[in-house]
Amino acid sequence: MKSFSGNVLFLDRSDINTDEIIPAKYLTEVERQKLKPYLLEDLKLAGFDPKRDLQEKRVVLSRANFGCGSSREHAPWALEANGIHVVVAESFARIFRQNMFNCGLLALELPADIVDGLFTAFAGRATRVDTDWQARQLTFRSGGDQRTVHFDLSDFDSDLVEAGGWVEYADSKY
Amino acid sequence: MGNTIAEKIFATHLVDTPASGVNVIRLDAVFCHEITTPGAILDLMARGKDRVFDPARIKAVIDHVTPAKDSKTATQGLILRQWARRHNIIDFFDIGRNGVCHALFPEKGFVRPGYTVIMGDSHTCTHGAFGAFAAGVGTTDLEVGILKGVCAFRSPETLKVEITGTMAPGVFAKDVILSLIGRIGVGGATNKVIEFGGPVVAAMDMEARMTLCNMAIEAGGTCGICAPDAVTVDYLWPFIAADYPNREAALAAYQRFNPDPDAHYVDTIVHDVSDLTPQVTFDYKPDQVKSVAEMAGAPVDQVYIGSCTNGRISDLRAAAKVLEGRRIADTVRAIVSPATPQVYQEALKEGLIEIFMDAGFCVTNPTCGACLGMSNGVLAEGEVCASTTNRNFYGRMGKGALVHLMSPATAAATAIEGVITNSPLFTDPQPA
Ligand code: SF4
Repeated sequence: MKSFSGNVLFLDRSDINTDEIIPAKYLTEVERQKLKPYLLEDLKLAGFDPKRDLQEKRVVLSRANFGCGSSREHAPWALEANGIHVVVAESFARIFRQNMFNCGLLALELPADIVDGLFTAFAGRATRVDTDWQARQLTFRSGGDQRTVHFDLSDFDSDLVEAGGWVEYADSKY
Repeated sequence: MGNTIAEKIFATHLVDTPASGVNVIRLDAVFCHEITTPGAILDLMARGKDRVFDPARIKAVIDHVTPAKDSKTATQGLILRQWARRHNIIDFFDIGRNGVCHALFPEKGFVRPGYTVIMGDSHTCTHGAFGAFAAGVGTTDLEVGILKGVCAFRSPETLKVEITGTMAPGVFAKDVILSLIGRIGVGGATNKVIEFGGPVVAAMDMEARMTLCNMAIEAGGTCGICAPDAVTVDYLWPFIAADYPNREAALAAYQRFNPDPDAHYVDTIVHDVSDLTPQVTFDYKPDQVKSVAEMAGAPVDQVYIGSCTNGRISDLRAAAKVLEGRRIADTVRAIVSPATPQVYQEALKEGLIEIFMDAGFCVTNPTCGACLGMSNGVLAEGEVCASTTNRNFYGRMGKGALVHLMSPATAAATAIEGVITNSPLFTDPQPA
C-alpha cells in the first residue's frame, strides 16, 4: 500500500475539474511521471501558485464535486506523480473517484460540515495529516491544534487499495 | 417495485457483486481512442497481459488529434494502430476513415438498445441515446474492460427528466440540455443515470437525442438514456435488418428494456421547454447559462462548429441555413469540423460545404482537435470562442481563453455578426 500521510494542500473551491487538474495539452505524455510539473497549472483559485503551493504536499482537502469533467486518469496520475495519494472532499465526480481507487489511491468523502470545520481550523496554516488505515481515521495537526475525523470505505474500495488497484484484482477474479 | 432502463440492463449483464451496491457487469462493447488507450495498452504490456477479451467487441479510432500534430501524438496513434493490428481488431478507424468517436460509432451501428458500453472518454454517455448503458471510464477501467470485458459500477440510481411542451422554431436539443444543466448544476446528476423522456424527446431524431445525452456528464451524470422506440429502430435498421423479420419485431425485442411504470427514481424533473429561448454559457462552468438575448453583443474572436455534441449532419444543416448567402464578420475567424467522413460527404453533396466556404469558414477534416484545445483551432490567451462543443472549462480550448457554448444555429449567427446573437431561425414566441 502507498503512504497516505503528509502535508495538506487546501483547495477551497467546489467543482474543481479535470482540465484544471491537468490540461488536455499534456495528455500526449504516455509516461505518468512526465505529468509532474503541470499539476493544477490552470486552477482558477485566487492566490494559488502551483510552483509554490504544491511543495511537499501529500494530501488535498477540497469542497464538493472534485474532479468533475473528463475521464482522464491523467488527473490521479498527475497527483501521484507529485506524491499526493489522498484527496479529501465533500464529494467527488464518479469517474475521478473510481480512477483514484483503481490506481490504489484514496478519494475520501466527508460530510460538508466536517470539511468546513477543517477549512476553518486549518486553512492557511502549515498542516499535516496522519492516516490510520486500520482505524479509518485522519488526524489533522497544526501547531498545538489537532482534530481527528473518521472516514468510511466500502470493502470493495479497501480491497482495491490493498490489492494496489483494479487490474490485478479483476484479472485474478473474472 | 419496477425497474428503470439502467437497472434492467444491469440485471441482464451482472457478473458479480463484490460488495453491496457494487455491480461487476459484462460489456457488449469497449470503445477506444488514441488519447486514453495507449496508457492502458502499455500498462497491459508491462504486466505481461497484452491480451484482449474479444477483438470483435472492441472498436478503436484515432480522433482527438488527427492528422498527428507532432511526434508525441504520432506515437499515441502508432501504439493504438499496432495494437489493433496485433489483436486483429477489425473495426479500427485510421485517418481517412476516422471521425469523432461518439459520432462515428453510432453511425456504424455499433450501439444497440440494451448494450453496455465503456470508453476512456467522459462523453461516452452520448450512446445512451440508443437505450444503452454507456459510461465514460478512466484508463484502468478501460484496461480491465479490454482484458476481461467487465467493469464495476455502483447500482445505478436514476434521475428522470421529462421534457414537455413545444420547442419554438430555432430552439434545439443543445438549448434544452444547456437549460437543464443550468437548472440542476454541474453536480446535479453525479452518480446518477439520467433517463430522458416525455413528448419532446419522443419527437426528437437520433441526432438530437445524442446531443441531449452527450452533455449528461456536464451535470455529473454517469449516462443519459432515452428509451428505444420506432425512431431508434429506424436509425438502426440498416444494421439489424438481418436479425429481425421486421421493424416491429426489433422494437418489441428492444422495448423489454423500457422502464416499468412503477420504476423507482431518485427524483423526477419536469422540464417544460415551451418558453425556452436559445441558450449560451457565460463563464467557465457548463451550468453558467443565460439566454442568448441576455448575452447579445458579447464579442468573439473565433467560432467553432463541430464535436461529438454538434458536428453531425443536422447540425451542419442548421448552421448552413443561417449562413447561406452571408459572410462572417471581418473580426471573426470560423472553423467547421464535420464529425465524420460520412457527415463530410453528405455535407458536400448537399452543398453545405460550399455555403460554409463562401461564408468564410475554414473546413477541417473530422477530428476533436479544437474542442479540447489540442489542435486545429487552439485559442490564444484572452481570446473568446463561440463553440458548439460541450465544455467551457478554463483553459479547455486554449490557455486563458473563454468558451461560450451554444447551438450550431446560434454559432453561425454569431459568426456573421462577430458578437453573440440569436439566429434568424429563432423567433421569440413572447417578445419582450
Ligand atoms: S469532440 Fe470534444 S468532447 Fe467530444 S470526444 Fe472529442 S474531445 Fe471529447
